[in-house]
Amino acid sequence: MSEPLISVKDLTIRFRTDEGLVTAVENVTFDINPGEVMGLVGESGSGKSVTAKALMRLNAGNTRYDPKSRIILNLPDGPVDVFSLKRDAELRVVRGGAVSMIFQEPMASFAPAISVGKQMIEQLLIHTDLSKAAARDLSIEMLDRVGIPDAARRFDQYAFEFSGGMRQRAMIAMALSTRPRLLIADEPTTALDVTIQAQVIDLMKDLVSEFGMAILFITHDLGVIAQTADKVAVMYLGRIVEKGTVRQVIRDPQHPYTRGLLSALPKLEDLEAKLTPVPGDIPSPLDRPAGCVFQTRCPVAIPGRCDRDVPDDTNLSGGRSVACHVVADSVKQGMT
Amino acid sequence: MQKPLIEAKNLTVRYTIGGGLLTKAVFLNAVDDISISIDKGNFFGLVGESGSGKTTLGRALLRAAPISDGTVTYDDGEVHYDLRNLSKPELKEYRKRAQLIFQDPYAALSPRMTVRDIIAEPLEVMGLTRTRDDTDARVREIAAKCRLNLEHLRRFPHAFSGGQRQRISIARALVSGPRFIVADESVAALDVSIQADVLNLLKSIQQEMGISFLFISHDLSVVAHVCDHVAVMYLGQLVETAPTRDLFARPRHPYTSALISAIPPLDPDAPTNIEKLEGEIPSPTNPPSGCKFHTRCRFARDLCKKDIPKLRAMGKERFVACHFAEEFDFSRKLAASEPAGA
Repeated sequence: MSEPLISVKDLTIRFRTDEGLVTAVENVTFDINPGEVMGLVGESGSGKSVTAKALMRLNAGNTRYDPKSRIILNLPDGPVDVFSLKRDAELRVVRGGAVSMIFQEPMASFAPAISVGKQMIEQLLIHTDLSKAAARDLSIEMLDRVGIPDAARRFDQYAFEFSGGMRQRAMIAMALSTRPRLLIADEPTTALDVTIQAQVIDLMKDLVSEFGMAILFITHDLGVIAQTADKVAVMYLGRIVEKGTVRQVIRDPQHPYTRGLLSALPKLEDLEAKLTPVPGDIPSPLDRPAGCVFQTRCPVAIPGRCDRDVPDDTNLSGGRSVACHVVADSVKQGMT
Repeated sequence: MQKPLIEAKNLTVRYTIGGGLLTKAVFLNAVDDISISIDKGNFFGLVGESGSGKTTLGRALLRAAPISDGTVTYDDGEVHYDLRNLSKPELKEYRKRAQLIFQDPYAALSPRMTVRDIIAEPLEVMGLTRTRDDTDARVREIAAKCRLNLEHLRRFPHAFSGGQRQRISIARALVSGPRFIVADESVAALDVSIQADVLNLLKSIQQEMGISFLFISHDLSVVAHVCDHVAVMYLGQLVETAPTRDLFARPRHPYTSALISAIPPLDPDAPTNIEKLEGEIPSPTNPPSGCKFHTRCRFARDLCKKDIPKLRAMGKERFVACHFAEEFDFSRKLAASEPAGA
C-alpha cells in the first residue's frame, strides 16, 4: 500500500495556563491518504481545532507538545517531520504550501483593509514561483472556478463587500490556489445557511475530485460528515474514542459516546424518534475524568474499571477501532 | 373554534436606513405584510435563511420592534390587547405575559449576579412578589422545574456549562408566569449532546404549563422534531405555513422544498441537495418584483415576476404563497408515520 499523506502519532498537546497545565489533546493517532477526506467530529472543547492547528504548528505560544508526538508529512521530495521545522521559512511548507486551511469565520480570515485579490496574490508570491501577472490571472481563474460571478471585478473588492457565502468561496479559492496536498477545513460551513452550506459542500466535493487533494474536515455536524467524508474520527475531551469509515461509524456506532451523539441528533427522516440527550455535561478540561474520559456520562460505565483505567484502542473488522472497555470485553467474549 | 393567543394581521415592520444630510433614506420592510396566528399551548416554529426577518417578527409580537402597519392582538382569556395601542400599564402587564429566551446563554446572563438574583430580578422589577420569602419561594419553584437545585442558585453564571446556563435563562423567562414565549435560536449555541436536553425541557414546559412558544430556528431538523406548526419566511414574507408533519412530508412551496432538500442527510448513500438553490437571498432594501423568491426559483414564470402571490389556503391549516403550488409534488418519504400498532 502507498504511504499516507500525513501520519499523526501519539499527538499530545497541553497548554500552560494560570491554573496549571491543561491537557487539550491526548494520544491522538490517525493517517490520511492522498485524495482521502477524513472527518474529525466532536463537540466544543473536544480538541478538534487544536489538533488541526498542530498540523500547521499554529497553536499559541503557551502550547506544549509532548516529546513523543509525531506528525510526518510525506511529500514527493521526501518526508517532512513537522515538529522539526524551526524557522518561519521552513514552516511555510505546512502554512499555505503543502497544507492549507479554511476557517469557520471567513470575515475574520481576510484582512479588512486589503483587497481580496491582493491577499490572494501575496500568498501565491510567497509559495510559488509565479510572476505577479500570472498570480493575478490564476487568482481570478480560481475565483471564477469556485463560482464567484464577475470574478475580475470582485478581485479588486474588499471582504466586507462579499456576502457570507461568497467570502467562504473566496477563502476556498485562496486556499486551493497554491495546490496544497492537504486542505484543513475547520467548520467551513457552520456559519452559513443550509442552502449556502449545500452549495459549498458540492463545491468542495467537486474540487477534491478535480485536484486530488486530501481533506481534514472538522465539524460538529454528523450530517455534513456523512455527505463529505470517507472516514471519520470521533473526539471527546481530547481523545479519539472511535475511528472508522463513515458508513461503519454512522450506521453502526460502537462507542457509547458515538451512540449517544447519534440518538441526541434530530433526524429529518424520522420525526417521531425521541431525542435522547447524553446525560450530564461535558466536564471542564481543567477537571479531566480519570480513566476513560467519557465515564462520567457513560450509561454502561463499569465502576472500578472505567473510572481507573484508560481504555486502549480495540481493533474491529474493516479497520475500525474503538477505545472502550465494554466494547473490548464483548469482542473478547465473542472470540472465546 | 378556539381563539388564537396571538394573531398578526398584515403586519409590517419597516426600518429606515440613512436619510441623513447627504444620503437618501432607504426603506426596508424587515417584516412585510405577514398574517399569522398562534394558538394557545402551541409550539410554533419559524424558519428561514438569515435575513429573512424571523427575529424581527418575533420581536414585533413581543412589542420589542415597531409595528409600522397592520395589527397584532393578544388574548389569553384574561386580557385582550391590541399591541399597537397599549397604554403604559397594559404594556407593563404584557411584559409579564410575553417573554423572550435568547440565543447565547453566555451573553444573556450578568456575570455579577448570582443565579438566584438573575431569576428573581423580573419578580422584583415587575413587583410580582412582596416579601423576600415570597420571592425565594417562587425562584425555588421555577428553578426546580428547570432542574436547577438550591446549590446552583448561590453560584455565579461562570460556573455553569452552556446547557445549564440556558436552563437558567429559561427559568428567568418563566418566573413572571408568561403565557407566550419567543425562543430565538435558543439551542443554536449548544452542543448536540446537550441540545436535546434543553429541547425536552421546553417541550415539557409547553405541555405542563400550557405556554405557547414561537420557536425561531435556522435548523429544520430541530424544528421538525419539536414544533406542532411551522411557518417558513423568505425576505420578510411568509411563503408557507402548515402543521409540522404535513409541511415536512409534503412541502408545497418550492422554497420550503429546497430548504428541506439542502439539509445533509445522515445516510451517506442518500441523494443530497437534489433541488439545488442557486445564489443567495437578495438584499431586502431592493427586493425582487412580484414573488420575491422568483430570482432563485427553478419553476419561475413570467407571472411570478409581475404578480405578488397571495398567501392562500391549501388543505387543512395550510397556507401557501405561490402562484403554481397546485402543480408541484414535493412529497418526501418519512419513516414510520403514526405508530403502526393500531
